[in-house]
Amino acid sequence: MQPVLISRFSSVNCLGAGTAALLEALRKKRSGLAPCEFETAAVDTWVGQVPGLDELRIKPGLEQYDCRINRLAQLALEQDGFSAAVAQACSRYGAARIGVFTGTSTSGILETELAYRRRDPHTGALPASFRYRTTLNTYSLGDFTARYLGLSGPSFVVSSACSSTAKVFGNAARLMAAGMCDAAVVGGADTLCLTTLYGFRSLELTSRGPCRPFDAERDGISLGEGAGFALLEKPGRGAPCDALLLLGVGESSDAHHMSTPHPEGAGAKLAMQRALEAAQLGPADIDYVNVHGTATRTNDAAEDKALVEVFGRSTPCSSTKGATGHLLGAAGITEAVVSMLAVRHGILPGSAHTRRIDPGLGSAYLLAPRAARVRRVLTNSFGFGGSNCSLVIGEAA
Amino acid sequence: MRAYVEGIGLLGPGLPGWHDSRAVLAGTAPYRPAPAVVPPSPLLPPAERRRAGIPVKLALAAGAQAFAAAKRDAAATATVFTSSSADGQIVHELCAALAAPGREVSPTRFMNSVHNAAAGYWSIATRSREPSTSLCCYDASFAAGLLECTAQVAVDGRPVALIAYDEPYPEPLHATRPISGEFGVALLLASQPTEESVAGMDIDLVPVAAETRLTDAGLEAARLANPTARALPLLAALARGGVEEVVLNYVAGASLRARVAACH
Repeated sequence: MQPVLISRFSSVNCLGAGTAALLEALRKKRSGLAPCEFETAAVDTWVGQVPGLDELRIKPGLEQYDCRINRLAQLALEQDGFSAAVAQACSRYGAARIGVFTGTSTSGILETELAYRRRDPHTGALPASFRYRTTLNTYSLGDFTARYLGLSGPSFVVSSACSSTAKVFGNAARLMAAGMCDAAVVGGADTLCLTTLYGFRSLELTSRGPCRPFDAERDGISLGEGAGFALLEKPGRGAPCDALLLLGVGESSDAHHMSTPHPEGAGAKLAMQRALEAAQLGPADIDYVNVHGTATRTNDAAEDKALVEVFGRSTPCSSTKGATGHLLGAAGITEAVVSMLAVRHGILPGSAHTRRIDPGLGSAYLLAPRAARVRRVLTNSFGFGGSNCSLVIGEAA
Repeated sequence: MRAYVEGIGLLGPGLPGWHDSRAVLAGTAPYRPAPAVVPPSPLLPPAERRRAGIPVKLALAAGAQAFAAAKRDAAATATVFTSSSADGQIVHELCAALAAPGREVSPTRFMNSVHNAAAGYWSIATRSREPSTSLCCYDASFAAGLLECTAQVAVDGRPVALIAYDEPYPEPLHATRPISGEFGVALLLASQPTEESVAGMDIDLVPVAAETRLTDAGLEAARLANPTARALPLLAALARGGVEEVVLNYVAGASLRARVAACH
């Protein structure tokens, strides 16, 4: 594929608002996970909650979109000079020539959960204050993002569970290549909610403590929440040789099970190989792999098999979910941002909360962060339904 | 962007399949609304067949029709799924369970609550490891899917199936988002014409223009009743088999224009 310039990016999660907070936490191997005190959830687990969202006011004029996920999105759009960079791009390309491709898994389900508690006892009706289109519908986030930024170009929301905001990079690259837009805002958000807390618990996939990716005693995921965005453009002739690029996107399906990965990591392997092919790179060209690494027994084992098959046993890799929690639909963009920071600032992130690497796993898993020259990173995002996506991010070959 | 339509799938009220609906869509036979019959998919293994909800069956039935017509191997073909609401019944059941004491959430329902459940079951049913995405764009979900699917065909030069589907929400959500009738549409698109090609299609984004409506009042009502049925003007153009232009509503800054020319 034609490389795409990543000209600006932002993020918000339990480690803080803005990429500076995320970078600082990666350098110090700080985790933002804490025992779950979210809403009224009585689930014995740890989560990565973003503070202050209840006090955040949605941009005037967009009050009808007010819900936790759009607040998270707004907070991320306000970090790292992101909105200003989009405004500049808008003056160059025009509002209708910038695409908006966002991803989420749960959209505004939290507000629907709360509305169901306030149903009319006689008719069963939802309270009059419930707004479907601008909160529950999966497109709410895309609509909000486009309106917040004043963009009117091609747009949709990708909702393929935990691969959603990795896959949006592919959508943007394709639609730019097809001439449907000149630039694109990609990213997305997901919030903590009762559906995922109780849902993952029902599948016995929530960790009792902070999640411990690739650990011998790992026992499940820690849910988190967050948002992130990137501005993608066609690389101009004047782009510096160390410009940050999206080099490859690889997508696959497991064709195995709705909530369990293929045991040999067949789909994961295919996604990584396709991303390398798209980037016209070999495994040796990758300096670091940000693995999906959710910390469930089966996910990490399957991904490790795929990693060893594609990269062998020496390419440094780690999961950052011990620091951020599993951001579900926002995992892809969050870990793409981690990958961008790794390249920009020469850091290989460690794995917060992982104590002893599972001796049954074969990849070169990093416990402690390390300074290194990082030119290219591959990042994995795998989701329910067997939806897999790998991105290659870094400098031109 | 150019793509060739190789296969079409359709399942909706009074529209029991592409082949059996062509005359109605072309305006040479009367439209008689009747509830859609959504069959269980013979493609799914028994365990998955039990777990799959109506939206999944709807998507699989429409998709299977398009692949049969195109004589393509589903295992080797990428897919784009699109739906405004995916499985509304599950959203209702989960939210009702979470509002009740005990908060007993069914693991199967939770697993099936993802917007890409239909894509997951399709991949299991067809043993396809090819890329698949699942989109939403509210009432313009079909237009968004058509744009993405055509872009994949045009840029990557490989066949891609578009599978769109929507079903009504149960109450109390239905009152806040009225959708009626189950509706599924599938289009198998390819970059080059083949013996199976039905029509060539040029898809473009154009400045916002009036959307194409249907002359038959019953079909026009069906078009407005379900987000996936916004595909009907395009299907009608394909059924008439001539050279036509169709405009679909899309985003604030653009409509989607399809220029259709039948292959003979």
